[in-house]
Amino acid sequence: MNFRHKHIFLLPGLLVLIGILIFPILFTIRLSLSSWDSFYPGLDFIGLENYVRLFTEDQRFWESFFRLSFLSLTTVFLQYVLGFSLALMVWRDLAFKRFFRVLFLIPMMTTPVIMTVIWKTVFHESLGPVNDFLSLFEITPLWLSDDTLAKVTVIIVETWQWTPFMFLLLLAGLLSLPEEAFLAASIDGAGPVRKFIYVTFPLMAPISIGAIIIRLIEASKIMDTIYVLTSGGPGTATETSSFYIFIKGLREFQMGYSAALSFTYLVIMIVSLTIIAKVLVRVMIKQD
Amino acid sequence: MLNLYTFLKYGFICIWSMFVVAPFLWALSTSFKDFQSVTSGATYIPWLQFEPTLEGWRVLWKTPASGGVDIVEPYFNSIIVTCSASLISILLGTLAAYALSRFTFKAGFIKNNDITFFFISQRIMPPVVLSIPFFIMLGYLGLLDSLVGLIMVYIVLLMPIAVWIMVDFFNKVPREIDETALIDGCNPYQAFFKVVLPNSIPGMIVAGMFCLIFGWTDFFFAFILTFTEVQLLPVRIVALNSSITPWWSLSASALISVAPLIVVAFIVERFLSKGNLSGALK
Repeated sequence: MNFRHKHIFLLPGLLVLIGILIFPILFTIRLSLSSWDSFYPGLDFIGLENYVRLFTEDQRFWESFFRLSFLSLTTVFLQYVLGFSLALMVWRDLAFKRFFRVLFLIPMMTTPVIMTVIWKTVFHESLGPVNDFLSLFEITPLWLSDDTLAKVTVIIVETWQWTPFMFLLLLAGLLSLPEEAFLAASIDGAGPVRKFIYVTFPLMAPISIGAIIIRLIEASKIMDTIYVLTSGGPGTATETSSFYIFIKGLREFQMGYSAALSFTYLVIMIVSLTIIAKVLVRVMIKQD
Repeated sequence: MLNLYTFLKYGFICIWSMFVVAPFLWALSTSFKDFQSVTSGATYIPWLQFEPTLEGWRVLWKTPASGGVDIVEPYFNSIIVTCSASLISILLGTLAAYALSRFTFKAGFIKNNDITFFFISQRIMPPVVLSIPFFIMLGYLGLLDSLVGLIMVYIVLLMPIAVWIMVDFFNKVPREIDETALIDGCNPYQAFFKVVLPNSIPGMIVAGMFCLIFGWTDFFFAFILTFTEVQLLPVRIVALNSSITPWWSLSASALISVAPLIVVAFIVERFLSKGNLSGALK
């Protein structure tokens, strides 16, 4: 096949993507070197001042970053455990297996912000059903205005929303596993637990790693849920990096500074996701 | 031992099912309430605990001028933006994925895998990073608050998904199919459109569904890049939340806006059970 044809297939997509993205990326880098804010909107050049401020003064950014790490690692871990359990359960023999598969997929089809609005009414402190139920035991937790509980609420909502995605990826993986390995294990007389430890889990390791990384990428962008559910509050108890950048950039209009934040955040994300991927590969595949 | 296992399994499935369904049932029940029934505490069963009313649903079709919410226009906007962005992404993504799967590219140190990674890596980009430059870029182009601007942005969100799924899919389609077509005297384009494309419909459907899901459920870009002219569904519904919240119309509009994609869950399950999805998702 000659030179021209293959480029005609590839280039339209590639050029459209680059065409739309090239300006935003270069502009973010340039903007991060300027002091653009609402008083003085313009591209001046102040060197690395924004970055110095970010690394030396801005406690709030780093706090929001650790909060994000905590929230995304917790939710993804929960989603993995729950999603894997659910996938294993509806994998083989189960009554109404296909019904449950559809049911478990439904949350990921719903719009996160819209469901979060509903969740907000569910967790409402005086009018919601959760506290209505808990009041039977004479406790009425302040789900959205307590530092710790607000995080718990975010984790519950995120788990509800995204466990199905993990479930889908893992179930698709389970269904593609070769039958032979399981037959061999049955012949050797392995029970369900040993089958899982020695056959299913190792076979699923690459798929698990893929699924975890995909979910971590998506979870690190968590923003919609927090905007609707808590607006980062109470105080800054649920403020994540994305949300902090959003406040700086599009609420306080410190465009230059928020571009520096964005760029730093992006670099940290890429580096840490690469490290996590490497670690996961080592931990999960070395086992056998 | 086995009985205990079965018991635990069904127990867990029941609890999880209840957790999945709970917010929908609550929303359904709330959508038939009025101010009185909402503010008097949590109630669940219509007629028994509160007097149901259709007000929450009726409001959705009225214009804002007559005290309604009017979700009809945002609904159509959402459909237009999601469908056009998905179609363009699938079209360009399929072509690019086909090229990446069949031909070798080499430009300096950049090879096929690097190009594929470039496509997919756009998913890593946090929306907030792109939001400010997009805001300024669309403002400059005069496309802020317009459907075209949103479609452009959504292509960036959706094309990585299409490329990711389709590259894996084409890697599974045997090369012999297009080679035979070429030997039979087709040029590469005929081979692609007449032979390869009809065989890749399942992959394109899977990719299309994921584009629809991620396009329909996006909120952030629609929220940042539009104001009053063009409002998408999630933005309109979340706006309800910020004022004195009318829970009944909120619940009704939430239910009606998540409804269309529930159908997608059935299609995904069909593909899953037939084994077509496993190849496409790995």
